[in-house]
Amino acid sequence: MSGGIAPRETALSIRGLRKAFGGQPVYDGFDLDVRRGDILAIFGPNGCGKSTLINMAAGLLPHDGGEILFDGRTVADVRVGYVFQNYREALFPWRRAADNIRYPMRRLGLPAAEIERRLERLSADFRVRFDLNRYPYELSGGQQQLVSIMRSLAIEPEVLFLDEPFSALDYETTLSLRALLQDVLKGREVTSILVSHDLEESIVLADRLLMLTRRPTSVADDVPIPLPWPRTPETLGEAGFVAIKTRCLRVFTEAVAGA
Amino acid sequence: MRAVGLPALGALGFILLWWGAVLVEVADPVLLPSPAETWRETMHALNTGPLWHDLWQTVQRTVVSFLVASLIGVPLGIALGAQERLYRTCEFVVDFFRSTPASALFPLFLILFGVGEGTKIAVAAFGAALVILFNAAYGVMNARRTRILAAQVMGAGRVRIMFDVLVWEATPQILVGMRSGVSLALVIIVVAEMFIGSTDGLGQRVIVAQSLFESGLMYGVIFLAGALGYLLNLLFLILEKQFVHWAGK
Repeated sequence: MSGGIAPRETALSIRGLRKAFGGQPVYDGFDLDVRRGDILAIFGPNGCGKSTLINMAAGLLPHDGGEILFDGRTVADVRVGYVFQNYREALFPWRRAADNIRYPMRRLGLPAAEIERRLERLSADFRVRFDLNRYPYELSGGQQQLVSIMRSLAIEPEVLFLDEPFSALDYETTLSLRALLQDVLKGREVTSILVSHDLEESIVLADRLLMLTRRPTSVADDVPIPLPWPRTPETLGEAGFVAIKTRCLRVFTEAVAGA
Repeated sequence: MRAVGLPALGALGFILLWWGAVLVEVADPVLLPSPAETWRETMHALNTGPLWHDLWQTVQRTVVSFLVASLIGVPLGIALGAQERLYRTCEFVVDFFRSTPASALFPLFLILFGVGEGTKIAVAAFGAALVILFNAAYGVMNARRTRILAAQVMGAGRVRIMFDVLVWEATPQILVGMRSGVSLALVIIVVAEMFIGSTDGLGQRVIVAQSLFESGLMYGVIFLAGALGYLLNLLFLILEKQFVHWAGK
């Protein structure tokens, strides 16, 4: 357990989570608390169930036991956002980019004026310079994932889940999207859980990094990341960052990969 | 230019080959008339009357049976595809009748619907509906899972997901099914016009021309039926391109 977070400050609380695939336990009594407004990154070896964890939390996958509560409520009563790794398959290609972003707001029953207001604010926050009236397939990969991110934030989610959002993008695009995303998430104080297979990204985008072990999954290390925001490409060279990365690499080789 | 030029060249080659075969008398001129004679007799039949009527009858029957097939096949296919277990239960029956030659069903449909328009349309609609249903169901079952999850996490319920995601995901496959369906409907209609108490239609005209040794006209009507099938297919290809602008992207 990652003690010390007062109940009112906890946006997401997981207790005694159990999940097995084909009789093989992935989670067997897993606990986690996520502080409101924090960005939590989850890092671990392949197949340790990082995506499984956020899919269960987001209500996309049933769990076998334990509870997942958002300030005392189950996911059905909570607005959550989700950014998929595969933006190409997550966006609706038959709707224009702007209509993709409007879609969850319409499901929420927001009035049209409010929908347009939020759409404009999102375009401004993310400094969108391309035409949102185009279809997703007419946009570049980075633009499509940006549309996905805007769509997930449009409902002003209480918790945002991001499943390896940049792993299909080139490095240059990743750097610029990371910068935009941290500005918006920190500016709006969105509680976020980021699954990543990139250690550098997990550190640079998070307030706290959870390192997971192989199955059955437990926490190998729970690393606070007190680096100042905003974090820039220069952050990657600073002593504080390097120290954290060294610690994480050691944990990864010892507890995670070696087990 | 190349898109029209090369196929036109191929067609011209075919006609020249035909003409050559006539000139060296590969077959009896009664069996193989020249392209010019075929053209003349067909134009004559068109200008003096009944062939237009026949063409129109065949078009009408094909379109009506195709519409009936679509009205049944599309919604039923989507509904079955959305419930995979149910579809798996029906799959063998659908597959079996889809593979059954529709012409083998003529006698049965004659008993059910009597000798008349209804039977022709019913057999054609039955055959086409199964093809359309099969494609619609597979289109829904092959919907991208990520898109369904995305809709779910954005608060769409089952019915919403059906209309906002599944139907759209299945649309390219549904149109493919409709294209196969309309071709099949035409095939069945033409056969039905030959054998099920008909007095008109392209099928009837072919078989009458054959029995009267009007071989020029017979060839002409065959080509007319071919052109009809080709145009219907082309129409759906254009529709697919225009309407399903996102396909494969």
